[in-house]
This record gives sequence, C-alpha cells and structure tokens, in this order.
Amino acid sequence: MSEDLTARVSAICGEYGSDAGRMMDIAWRLQRTFGEVSSEAMDVIASETGATRADVESCVSFYSFFSTHKHGRVVIRLSNDVPDRMAGYHRVLGAFEDELGVKCGETTEDGAFTLESTACVGLSDQAPAALINDVPFTELSTDDAREIVRELRKHMDPRRLVHKLGDGNNAHPLIHSMVHNNLRGTGLTLFTSYNRGEAIQKALSMSPVEVIRAVKTARLRGRGGAGFPTGMKWEFTRGARGEPKFIICNADEGEPGTFKDRVLLTERSDRVFAGLTIAGYAIGASEGIVYLRAEYAYLRSFLEAQLEKRRADGLLGESILGHEAFDFDIRIQMGAGAYVCGEETALISSCEGTRGDPKNRPPFPAQEGYLGLPTSVNNVETLCCVAKILEMGPATFCEYGTHQSSGTKLLSISGDVCQPGIYEVPFGTTLREVLEMSEAEDPVAVQVGGPSGQLVGPEDFDREICFDDLATGGSMIVFGPDRDLLKVVEAFMDFFVEESCGYCTPCRIGNVLLRDAVTRVRQRQMEPADIDEMERLAGTVARTSRCGLGQTSPNPILSTLKNFRHLYDELVEEAPDGQRRSFDLDAEVTAAAAIAGRPDGE
Amino acid sequence: MSENGKGTVAAKPRVATTSLAGCFGCHMSILDIDERILDLVEIIDFDKSPINDFKVFQEQCVVGLIEGGCCNEENVHVLRDFRKKCDILVSVGDCATMGGIPALRNTIPLEECLREAYVDGPTVHNPSGEIPVDEDIPLLLNKVFPAHEVVKIDYYLPGCPPSADALWAALSALLSDEPVELPYSLIKYD
Repeated sequence: MSEDLTARVSAICGEYGSDAGRMMDIAWRLQRTFGEVSSEAMDVIASETGATRADVESCVSFYSFFSTHKHGRVVIRLSNDVPDRMAGYHRVLGAFEDELGVKCGETTEDGAFTLESTACVGLSDQAPAALINDVPFTELSTDDAREIVRELRKHMDPRRLVHKLGDGNNAHPLIHSMVHNNLRGTGLTLFTSYNRGEAIQKALSMSPVEVIRAVKTARLRGRGGAGFPTGMKWEFTRGARGEPKFIICNADEGEPGTFKDRVLLTERSDRVFAGLTIAGYAIGASEGIVYLRAEYAYLRSFLEAQLEKRRADGLLGESILGHEAFDFDIRIQMGAGAYVCGEETALISSCEGTRGDPKNRPPFPAQEGYLGLPTSVNNVETLCCVAKILEMGPATFCEYGTHQSSGTKLLSISGDVCQPGIYEVPFGTTLREVLEMSEAEDPVAVQVGGPSGQLVGPEDFDREICFDDLATGGSMIVFGPDRDLLKVVEAFMDFFVEESCGYCTPCRIGNVLLRDAVTRVRQRQMEPADIDEMERLAGTVARTSRCGLGQTSPNPILSTLKNFRHLYDELVEEAPDGQRRSFDLDAEVTAAAAIAGRPDGE
Repeated sequence: MSENGKGTVAAKPRVATTSLAGCFGCHMSILDIDERILDLVEIIDFDKSPINDFKVFQEQCVVGLIEGGCCNEENVHVLRDFRKKCDILVSVGDCATMGGIPALRNTIPLEECLREAYVDGPTVHNPSGEIPVDEDIPLLLNKVFPAHEVVKIDYYLPGCPPSADALWAALSALLSDEPVELPYSLIKYD
C-alpha cells in the first residue's frame, strides 16, 4: 500500500474525528476523492476508526453510490424507474451505450466514464432522467445522450452542460440545475409565503408540551406513508429515558414516483428547517439531522447555505431567538443510494455509519433510536406541516382534510398525464378529481403510493385519498390503455429484488421467486395453480419479512391479483399431461453439451 | 384410489418410487418404517422402485414417490415418465421439494463445478486433466431443478429425510383416501 494513500485516508478519517459513526461521510469523501473506496483504503479506515475491517466493508459494499472498484471520473446514472421506462429509458440507455462503447454497469477503458442504471432519482415528472455525477439531467432524448457524451469528452464537467436553468430556486447559483418544480395546484398551505422565524417564534412562546398538544390538536399524521400520529411520536420520544435526544428529518425520498420532498427542499427549506427546529424543541433535542438521499446531493450546498443563514439570524445555534434554554443545530447526513434507508430504523443504522439494516422493533426509535438514544424520525412534508400548524394555528390547519386525515397532501404525479408534477390536495379528495386535475389521458390504472402501495383500476377512482382509504406517501403513477401492467409489476419486483437489504430470508429470497414468477407468467409458462401459489408466497413474504420493505414488496402482485386478475388468467393454462411448459430440456443442457463437445445436445 | 383398493386381491394399488438427484436417504427412511413394510405390502404392490429393483414400469400406478430434484437429463426423462405412469406424484424430502443440497451448485457455472470436481480440486488426481465425457453419461442440466418445476406435483412431504412415521402417515392417508394428519412433531426439525 502506498504511504501516500494511507496518509490521505488517515487525514480524511481525522476530519471526522476518526469516528466509526461517521463512516458514511468518510466513505463519501473517499469515493469523491479517489473514485472508489478501495480494499487498501478500507484497511486504513478500519485501523483509524477502530471498526473491524468487516464492518467497514459491509457498510461500503451496501450502498449503490459507493464502489470498491474504480469508477470513471464521470458517472452517468440513468434512472430506470417505471415512469422513465415509459418515457424512453431503454432508447436513451442504448444511445449512451452506443456513444460510450460500453454496456450498462461498465467503465470506459480510458477510465473517463462509468455508465449505470439506478432506481428512481426523484424526477419522474421529467423522465427519462439521469444523474451525471451529482448533476440531474431531465427529459433526455437519444440526441441529448449523444450530445452529452460528446460535450463531456471535451471538458468532463457535467455542470457546464446545464444550459437552461429550471424555475424557482433551481436557478439559484448554488443549485444551478435544469430541474423544474412543476408546481401545479399547490396554493393551499405548504407552498404559501411565510415570514422566516414566525413559526419558531410562536413555538418558543409555548412550552414544549404545549407545542406537542398543538400538533395533536391539528391531528397531524406522518406524511411518509405510514400515517403515525406525529404528536404521539413526539410525546413518546420526549417521555423516553435517555439523553440527549435526537430529531431526524427523513429526506430519503426513495419511493419510486415520489418527488415532493425534492420540491419542498428546493422551495421551502426554511419551513422544513423550522419544523425540524420546532420538533427539536418539543422533544427536548439539541441536535437535528437531515438524512438527505444521495440523489439530491445537488441540493446540498444550497441547503448548507440556508442553514448558515439561519445560524446568522439566530434561528439555529445557541439560545435560539434569545430563548436561553433552547440550543439547536442541524447537520446534513448524506445517504448513498439505498431505498431501504427510507425505513426509519434502517435510516438510523445508516446515520450510525453502518449498512442500512432495519432494526428489530421494539424498542422503537422513540425509546432507543440513533446511538441508542430516544429519537424521532419525521418526513420532510410532516415537518413542513408542523411549521404551518404553528403559523396558521391547529384549528385552521384542520379545516382542510377529513377528521381522520387532517390537512393537505402533496402528490407527485407522473406517467400518462398531460400535467405531471406536484399537486397539493386536501385529504378526502377523490382519485378521479386528481386524475382530472393532472389531465390524465384515458387512465386505466394508477399506482398509488409507489410500488409498495397498490395498483388500482377505474372501479377505485372514486375512492378518497386519505389514511383510511387510499393511503399514499405521495407517489401517483398513471397508466393509459396501452401500458402492459404486468411489465410494470415485473419492473417493480425487480426494484425490490435490487433494494432488499438481504437480512431476512422471506424478503431476500421471496422477492426473487415472486419476480421470476411474474416473468414466467408473462412468458405464458405458468399454470392456474401457480398463480395461487404465487399469491400464497406473496402473503408469506408480506407477513414474515422483518421491515416495511418486505412487508410491502409483494403489493404490486397482490394488488394486481385483486384488481386486474384477468391479466394473469389470460396468460396461464393447464399443462398438458402434467408436464410443465416452463421447463425446456434442450435449453437446460446447453452448458453440459458444450463441455462434452456436443453442441447440438445429441 | 379407493375404487382400486376395493377391487380384487389382484388389483392392489401400485406404488412406484425413484431417487433422482437425491442421496437415497429418503428411501432409507421408507425402509425405516420397519415391520410396517409387511402391512404395506398387504395393501399395495410396489411397481418400479429401488426397493424391488424393478427398472421399468409394469402397470399404471396410483402413487409415485419422488426423491430428489433433477440434475441431469436422465432425471428429467424418469420424472416425466413417472408423471405419465402415476396418478398422484408426491415430492418426498427437501431435494425433490426445493432442490436441496445438489442445488447449491446453482450459483456456480457448470464448467467451474466440473473443473473443481475433476481437475482443480485439491484432492483430485487426474493427470490427463480431462472432464469425463461419454455418450452413456447423461448430460447435466445447467441448474438443478425441484421436481415441480419439471412436472406437476400433487403433494409435498418435507424433511431431510421425512421421518419414517411421517412417510407412513402420508402413505396410509393417501392409500385409504383419508385426509392426511401430520402433527407438528412429525414436521419439526430442530
């Protein structure tokens, strides 16, 4: 090992106090500096931080944005989510492959480019999208792909390719991005104008318990999808034994088809940070963490600047707004590309510098969370609602929505609609109204709540968006009549196979079996009894998986079996004489025939 | 099945068994029913089976017991034949049901497996360095398949091997056309 490498890696570890808990930051620095976290570097990290070599490697190898082999200086990550596929992902990928002369997953021989595909990058309303290093590229055509590669060959700087800036803060020099907010029908609450500091001022005029009471009066429920009452979560965290306490903002918006948090962070970060500060005050925390998904790294400098400004204005730091008993600050923790980290216990694992394994519950994070201490994890939108509740008062907030689901919901709408983007609707709005607003083109199905949600058809279009009926974290992907829905299901199952952390068997193996079953149905190789078996297996995976990922991953199958059963029935038939059509003997002896020098299998 | 059972003495239901990509452990477990095998042959006749060493089917059978999955083309031919000649097929044991130990090779390319076994393995003495090839050796499949991925399987009896009592309970239930009762103690393995 070169002494130079050792010295440089040691220095980077030193910047984070050689704290194994900051493994994510250390790995990020190495990845950015060297284009990899090499085996040698992992040895140095282990000896510097006191972590075992196995701990270091298990963390580094877990996240898709870290690599243990050298990446190209420019990494092109093309988003392969369903809306991207609907908008021409395969064509664009083909153009990149052709222009670069490498296949997806490979690096060019000169070490200049790595081409990869990645799960949803939060740009479904402007698909097909890609991240080139950190820089988002939207609505890509095959011509764009070729042009991008040619230009990059000249200067290798993706930022210089951003010729036309997006709207709002996307044009801010610290963001400098072509991304568009696509804010449509968002006038109700979260995107309204605001006075900086107003919400915090009001919160600090109350006691923490009164703040929690206000949030409970507003009947606020978590916006990430699960809908747990926020006030209750805070009460548990506040009342739990252990100091210090922590508040974490879950900005790991990974549910495919969701992009509302990206827009909130771009346009209303002040409200998010205010909500986080208020939450800290309410539960008695002095440190807040924003866990920001790696795909949104392009927002980081901007967000850091916003935080700095808040410190300067006395909205963060010691004695906030002169309130001597309340010190609070926020740091941004970068994720590194792992869907499961949106699950709160996996997110906490990641913040602690390990692979994003979900943890056993109980104990719940409110009892034993980050570093084993009481922690509340709240969604970006939830925290925005908190600030808004303080601004407008809980009673006014409750005027929107239904009794069980108060307030409004941000929807991220993509797919076969004329007006994709962000919509804010009061809870209780019907799916049909949403489809009309977004000018859906002859919709036959809607994926509500992303792949972990459900695929519903026209008979469900009059159902209401709320926690008790059609619950959603915000993702809505609309499908027109020409879409092959089982292909969509297959793509979603592919996603879960890729994103399963592998810890528990039902999820690690069950999802592969389920994905393969869907593939075989599509190839007309299955029999009616196989569909029943698939349904049983899906139920087993849902019931026996350890965390929310596996508990919801069979939903694409279960909901299509419920709502679109005919799609399966059309493709299956009884096997003649009990001999399975899916088994092709000739195809299965190819390797042995080649070894035996009998390529024809004779 | 009961119709067959009620027939003349000559029309005893016939049972066939085979061991495909298995270790014969499940067949050992069949023998482990001990003296109950005498009761068994009172009510059934064995057809093609390693137990009587009949190599070919004599007649149509009521039940076929399958040990092992399919690792080569011969296994596939035998299993397909069983499907034709048996009214009911039962996957017996974990290899038939899930591929079992032989399926551990499924993540390794076939050529690598063969090289390790015949050329590169630390205990291999093979000066010619050749992998055995002969037209009489059935070709291996790219992967090992559980029985139900090749033919339709009617019932599964788990275990490695299923205990003699479990086999006895399942077989007597099948032959008497009664619902099978497999108490937890018979399908619990730790």
